[in-house]
Amino acid sequence: MIAQTLFDRLWSTHEVLRRDDGASLLWVDRHLVHEGSHHAFGKLAARKLPVARPDLTIAVSDHYVPTRDRHEGGANDTIRRMITTLAQNAGAHGIRHFGLFDPRQGIVHVTGPEQGLTLPGLMVVCGDSHTSTHGAFGAYAFGIGATEVAHVLATQTLWQVRPKQMRLTFTGALPLGVTAKDMALHWIAKLGSDGARGHVVEYAGSAVEKLTMEERMTLCNLSIEGGAKCGIIAPDETTITYVKGRPFAPKGDDWQSALNAWSKLRTDPDAQFDREFEIDAGTIAPTVTWGIVPEQAAPISSRVPLNASVEALHYMGLKRGDMLAGLPIDEVFIGSCTNARIEDLRAAAAVLSGRKAKVPGTVSAGSMLVKRMAEAEGLDRTFIDAGLDWVDAGCSMCVGMNGDQVASGQRCASTTNRNFRGRQGPGARTHLMSPAMAAAAAVTGKLTDVRDLVPEGAIHKVGAA
Amino acid sequence: MAGWTAHTGQAVALPMAGIDTDQLLPARFMSTPRGEGYGHFLLYDMRFGEDGEPRPAFPLNKYSDVSIIVAGRNFGGGSSREAAVYGLVDYGVRAVIAPSFGDIFASNAVNNGLLPAAVTDADSEALLASLGEGARKLTVSLDTCQIQMGDRAVPFALDPVWRTKLLEGWDDIDLTASHAATISAFTQRDQSERSWAYLRAQGDEPR
Ligand code: SF4
Repeated sequence: MIAQTLFDRLWSTHEVLRRDDGASLLWVDRHLVHEGSHHAFGKLAARKLPVARPDLTIAVSDHYVPTRDRHEGGANDTIRRMITTLAQNAGAHGIRHFGLFDPRQGIVHVTGPEQGLTLPGLMVVCGDSHTSTHGAFGAYAFGIGATEVAHVLATQTLWQVRPKQMRLTFTGALPLGVTAKDMALHWIAKLGSDGARGHVVEYAGSAVEKLTMEERMTLCNLSIEGGAKCGIIAPDETTITYVKGRPFAPKGDDWQSALNAWSKLRTDPDAQFDREFEIDAGTIAPTVTWGIVPEQAAPISSRVPLNASVEALHYMGLKRGDMLAGLPIDEVFIGSCTNARIEDLRAAAAVLSGRKAKVPGTVSAGSMLVKRMAEAEGLDRTFIDAGLDWVDAGCSMCVGMNGDQVASGQRCASTTNRNFRGRQGPGARTHLMSPAMAAAAAVTGKLTDVRDLVPEGAIHKVGAA
Repeated sequence: MAGWTAHTGQAVALPMAGIDTDQLLPARFMSTPRGEGYGHFLLYDMRFGEDGEPRPAFPLNKYSDVSIIVAGRNFGGGSSREAAVYGLVDYGVRAVIAPSFGDIFASNAVNNGLLPAAVTDADSEALLASLGEGARKLTVSLDTCQIQMGDRAVPFALDPVWRTKLLEGWDDIDLTASHAATISAFTQRDQSERSWAYLRAQGDEPR
């Protein structure tokens, strides 16, 4: 037997056929759609085609949903139309839909795992690049464009050319106060925003094995920011414990045969990768971005690099050599598919507890179920007492489509995934960081090393417990 | 979509690296129905000032009939929005030449007949330098996988599957339909081997 990687096994399970030119047709286990999928439904309608497998298609309202005054259905007519169009398309095709008023509504990459729709060994696609999140379960999960969404709707399959493979091994253990977000920003800063282009990235090593499922989702979520096709982590006990008993997880005999299948989802010791990198997790510090692409990231204790691009400096209103710690901010956003799960909210609340925010800010839970769980734990009181807005679940200020935006020229400490120009609103200046770091920035009104703010005895609550 | 073999057109340089899909097509325009055309939204915040007036120095405002863009590395990284490609195609762009592309962008491009031509760093720098802030006629050929600028020929890399697709102008849905029997044999076997991976129909699930 030739030694195989986890990815080799995922690929061969899903390969329906291979053409002579090397393109393969792959079977899709879960197809997630959202409001932005209107182009694809339009293509289907134009050809009068039905959805091939509505049972394997799941619609989630997230990109455009209001996070405030939800009963009004959206900030303006266009936004309301986007939300109702998805509901209509889902209804017309018999697709499950977690809509605006469904208690399970949330960001597609939070809701899927939370509901047990995402499982090890599946192939998951969605018209959204952060579909890489689901790779945390050992699923082959990646974002696709509208033409491909239409193809999956029509056929439940997708043509793909086999990607290359890269393994990123994090040895050792993360220091206290350092999170999966910092791991991701760290490797992307090292390898570049296109460092993993064309590759599936398997995350491995002791520091990855120690991560909780939610931390693994953060790490895999950001794979695309390093240009990767997707990220994957071999499923283990942590994965199985998380999945067990979730609403759509397999039950009874199916659960037993799933466990059997999942136990084979690993990389053989002598399997070969196209590229290999190793990072000592112990060397990673709380990391923030200073520029306009995620690779422009550095430890909080450092300065804006002396070779920083003029474009980035100009847009961000920074100078070469500026200290990152102490940089005044105007607002804070805690949310998005990267960092708005319950553990993220707990970490932020641990920093904010008993403190006041010096700047305004918004906390948007990743799903309505996360929101309710946080409220049951009293985290909402911590955020509200600190002076932050506690709002409903959605993409919100990660992409600003629902009207939640950062004003031009304002500097935002954000737990999201893209510091691109204009991403959070035209002219908005985004600094990416972990939830604990964003909370620390809220407390001081400046970029701050969370480890300076939280006493050593409590720092385990913000990361690497 | 129709296939094509070669294209000659006016090229300009956008020499910056990392022109992401949020730049190519800002999110606020993405609710527009495709039929209305996306060309006007292309690179909107680079082309137009906050007052909505065109920035005169921006290459797409300086020259008309641009159909080839030469850009820096990691063109089209970020969001999977196919709208970024609609913006380029509806504007009239047929090829983008850069050292590297975002994976999803490149695949969306090919699905819409737009060529993502990957060149070496050295060739990219040479092309950018010779274009400068001006515009020139270039020819891109899918036949030879070369870019012709004057008497200089520069090779580009393109996955053979994508090349064929651009040449033939394939429609994937029709192509896949021709494999219907193979797909249904696969699902029959797969559903019995991996029944745990399938979901019950809506309304039929245990609560
Ligand atoms: S939260 Fe942001 S990154 Fe995640 S799916 Fe929504 S818009 Fe995309």
